[in-house]
Amino acid sequence: MLYALKIAIRYLTASKSQTTLLVVGVAVGVFIFIFMSALIGGLAEFIMARTVGDMAHITIEAEATDPALLLPAGQGRILLVQQKDDQRSNVLPTAAAFVPIIEALPGVLVTSQEITGSGFLTRGKLVQQVSIMGLEPAKVSAIVHLASYIVKGRADLLAGQVIIGQTLADNMNLTVGQSVRLQASTGIDASLTVTGIFKMGSGGQDRRQAYVSLATARTLFAMPQAITQIEIKLNNLYDAPATAARIEAVTGLYATPWTEQAAQLLAALSAQAQTGLLLKSFALLTIVIGIASAMLLSTFRRRPEIGIMRAMGAKRSFVLVVFVTQGAIVGLMGGVSGALIGYLVLYQFSGPGSFKPGGLPIDVNQGAYGLAILLTTIGAILASILPARSAARVDPVTAIGQ
Amino acid sequence: MSGPLLEVRDLVKTYGSGEATTRVLRGLNLRLGTGELSALLGPSGSGKSTLLTILGTLMKPTSGQYDMLGEDLIGAGDAELTAFRNQHIGFVFQFHNLLPDFTALENVIFPTAVREGRESASARARGRDLLVRMGLEDRVDFPVANLSGGQKQRVAVARALMNSPELVLADEPTGNLDRASAIQVMNLIGEINRDEGTTFLISTHDEKIAATCRRQIVVGEGLLTG
Repeated sequence: MLYALKIAIRYLTASKSQTTLLVVGVAVGVFIFIFMSALIGGLAEFIMARTVGDMAHITIEAEATDPALLLPAGQGRILLVQQKDDQRSNVLPTAAAFVPIIEALPGVLVTSQEITGSGFLTRGKLVQQVSIMGLEPAKVSAIVHLASYIVKGRADLLAGQVIIGQTLADNMNLTVGQSVRLQASTGIDASLTVTGIFKMGSGGQDRRQAYVSLATARTLFAMPQAITQIEIKLNNLYDAPATAARIEAVTGLYATPWTEQAAQLLAALSAQAQTGLLLKSFALLTIVIGIASAMLLSTFRRRPEIGIMRAMGAKRSFVLVVFVTQGAIVGLMGGVSGALIGYLVLYQFSGPGSFKPGGLPIDVNQGAYGLAILLTTIGAILASILPARSAARVDPVTAIGQ
Repeated sequence: MSGPLLEVRDLVKTYGSGEATTRVLRGLNLRLGTGELSALLGPSGSGKSTLLTILGTLMKPTSGQYDMLGEDLIGAGDAELTAFRNQHIGFVFQFHNLLPDFTALENVIFPTAVREGRESASARARGRDLLVRMGLEDRVDFPVANLSGGQKQRVAVARALMNSPELVLADEPTGNLDRASAIQVMNLIGEINRDEGTTFLISTHDEKIAATCRRQIVVGEGLLTG
């Protein structure tokens, strides 16, 4: 084995330019593999951060109930049929009591008790329909990272304060420090001071959303004890289905993981991952074909020498090991070079966390460097087997030409 | 000369099939004793190279018997023949056939290194001794590409002797050398045959070279004629 390694190295160093070209070719393939891994991984992370990052991973709401039957089944004539809808107007009267239990569950990062509803924001003659969300003052940025979207004022929510979107503020000529009247769908209204204006870049949010404190929401929706939902964030968002099932088992509350509400996003991410896998497979295939053809040429060129070695008593297995080892060395050298170049190039990118428009959301940490080197070396070994087998079967008499 | 080293009986070798069949060896019989120095003579196409190739276990005959050192080599498989060849048979070719990317010493020790799986110190010492004996003490670590034709052929002789084989087959070993180099190579072969008792079978067209051997074997139309 040691002697076969020496012969393999000697053959590679004897044709320096050919070996260099081969290693460069493999390195380029590995670079593409690593680039695709970092791009697809970074893109997925970026999309998740921009979508699921501002979503609750689990939402606890009152379960939608069937409309009550006013008559026992089979009696009387039905004059009106009301279809079951998905509006969960029901409240959670005792859910707040379960919050400490939920927060103690493994993987739960933070919970947020909320009251949601609709209403009208009025200022003089200007009236705008709004969605109202009441948040605990200490958890304003627990689910949606509101603080990062504030363009004016602060992300503080004490009683009597409201945070609104920039489009809504523009439509109502409002700015920080000014007063506005908010009337809930219950008919109850309150005079509030604008403490912050946010811009999320989402038309619906910026035009319609108004955040108030949980205390203000309790007054507006006449809910002294109850809440309408609990939103939960987890350490690992992919644990959401399992944790939601556990919450339901422990509390009896109706918990919905984000994956149920974002099936299309998951499908898109899965399609993107598969596309990346396909592109990486093509890069690997290119490497394998490149090495196989180069090794085939090399074994053809060295046929007389293979014949001499066989005549001198080299077994077929020895010849096989010499050429497979050459392939493995080329794969390893190309893999390591490509991974190193890949890391140095990708390191220049800012990464998905600080991604700027017009750039690429590449994550240098998702380059899969070790995997690229391993797969390339294995691929190179496999690619060398066929040429090496053909070399091992060389007839010494024909090869030597005696 | 002592007992027989090898014996072939009714050796037949044909190439091609049907009407294109060529019978190169037609039932040839040969016995070589240990320590013989024999020349194999005959015109081109008489079957000399084919006979050497079969004796070297690089090719199997179409039919016939071949025993060497008491072993039946006709029924042996490729791995067995390769190991047998490595240990008991040395080759010297007309065009030296050295490994071009290796030094003289690396070429000489190849038969031992490939068997042991490494270049041992003892193999290197023996290889060096052989090169010194060939008069190449100042060329030991030279790449063979930098050697003259005569020097390359002497390296090839040293390689053939590396594993102390009982038989060395030489196919036109001086055919590509000038007269001086040819005499030098033949003198070395004669010296080794005399000192170590190695059996040599040398294929040649050169009557003068053949005359330096103790026995002349003549092949004609696939049979021994003399």
